[in-house]
Amino acid sequence: MTDHIKTDCLVIGAGPVGLFAVFELGILGLKSEVVDNLDKIGGQCAELYPDKPIYDIPGLPVCTGQSLVDNLTKQIEPFKTPIHLNQRIETLKKVGDNWEAKTSLGQTFLTPNIFIAGGVGSFEPRKPPIENVLKFEDKGVAYSIPNKEVYKDKTVAIFGGGDSALDWTVELSKIAKHIYLVHRREDFRAVEHTVSLMHKLVKDNKVTLYTNNQLADVNGSDKIANVTIKNKNGEIEILDCDDILIFHGLKNELGPINDWDLGLSDKQILVNTENFQTNHDGIFAMGDIATYPGKLKLILSGFHEAALAAQQAFKRAKPDENLLFRYSTSDKNIHERLGLKK
Amino acid sequence: MPTIKFIEHSGTEHEIDIPNGLTIMEGATKNKIPGIDADCGGACACATCHVYIDNAWLEKIPQKEDGEEDMLDFAFEVKDNSRLSCQVTVNDDLDGLIVNIPEKQF
Repeated sequence: MTDHIKTDCLVIGAGPVGLFAVFELGILGLKSEVVDNLDKIGGQCAELYPDKPIYDIPGLPVCTGQSLVDNLTKQIEPFKTPIHLNQRIETLKKVGDNWEAKTSLGQTFLTPNIFIAGGVGSFEPRKPPIENVLKFEDKGVAYSIPNKEVYKDKTVAIFGGGDSALDWTVELSKIAKHIYLVHRREDFRAVEHTVSLMHKLVKDNKVTLYTNNQLADVNGSDKIANVTIKNKNGEIEILDCDDILIFHGLKNELGPINDWDLGLSDKQILVNTENFQTNHDGIFAMGDIATYPGKLKLILSGFHEAALAAQQAFKRAKPDENLLFRYSTSDKNIHERLGLKK
Repeated sequence: MPTIKFIEHSGTEHEIDIPNGLTIMEGATKNKIPGIDADCGGACACATCHVYIDNAWLEKIPQKEDGEEDMLDFAFEVKDNSRLSCQVTVNDDLDGLIVNIPEKQF
């Protein structure tokens, strides 16, 4: 077991609001740690719309999702904040005046403040709501590939039409016995080069392509025997295969947040608008996951919420110190925390 | 105000008045119609507001844009009359529109 990490604030979610919370905490002299379930920082900005332009960030006439994340990352660089990726917080427990949080990888944190900046929850693979698909999870149905060697000499059915589906079709065709690629329409969302590589593999009989088809069922007893696909006209076809890979993107799940006894309304966490605290002292929520009368799901609202929550977090982390309100233009302490030369 | 009829997979019907300018998704979620999740809140980024438009009405609804067709890849049991309800804005021409809700959202 790993030791507790003690910190002034644990930030759940490395999206724009979580990152800016690190900044607001940092200039108050508070140390934070960040946890995110994705394999990269940036939340929805990086995962869902890295290239889409955003026009309503104050002072930035236009930026992309990714460039906003890059800039925020640069803004918090001076604080050298540890970011724990690929894990989500599973449990929260009150220990005296502190909260103990444990991640899915077993890392624990002890902290007076939890900032939940979790967007609309953690990103999880989108799973077809078909009973047998769920039954064969870990027995041949997978949504990602930690180790491609398991597909050596296997017949694999891949579902999807984006980059993941196409990249893995091309990659696995080198080691698998045969690949079936099934997609619901003729157009693919993947980069053109990969699509043409795939079409070449189809010509070489390494890959069999089924467009205008969708997954209907998975069949087998202990292991997968075959998969049923259905075309636009409702006609079914059965493909014998050993493994099934489903690349239907990610979706957001509130997940364990449901179990933390927080006041919820419509999958959002209820907070007050003075310091964005929830119904538990020391647990705050901000950004898209927080709600209150008049809430707007804008990045700029999340920034405001983070700044106010940080003030209250200071009082909890350093109850014996006075918090003086200072501007970043001229305050020596802030400049020191930002690593500026004296 | 146009009236839209939602039919759940079970057959349960809901008739809802939706003001012009709102999307079908917004009208549905404000009225708590079951089966339309709309996780992303209407940004065409999640495909959990997937509906089937009654075939008689398909022509009256503006065509899909590319982003919507891409997102439909993530919906469950997509058909020719599938739409994301956050991308269809209500107007007077849609008075009486019938929207079928799929059995499941992804």
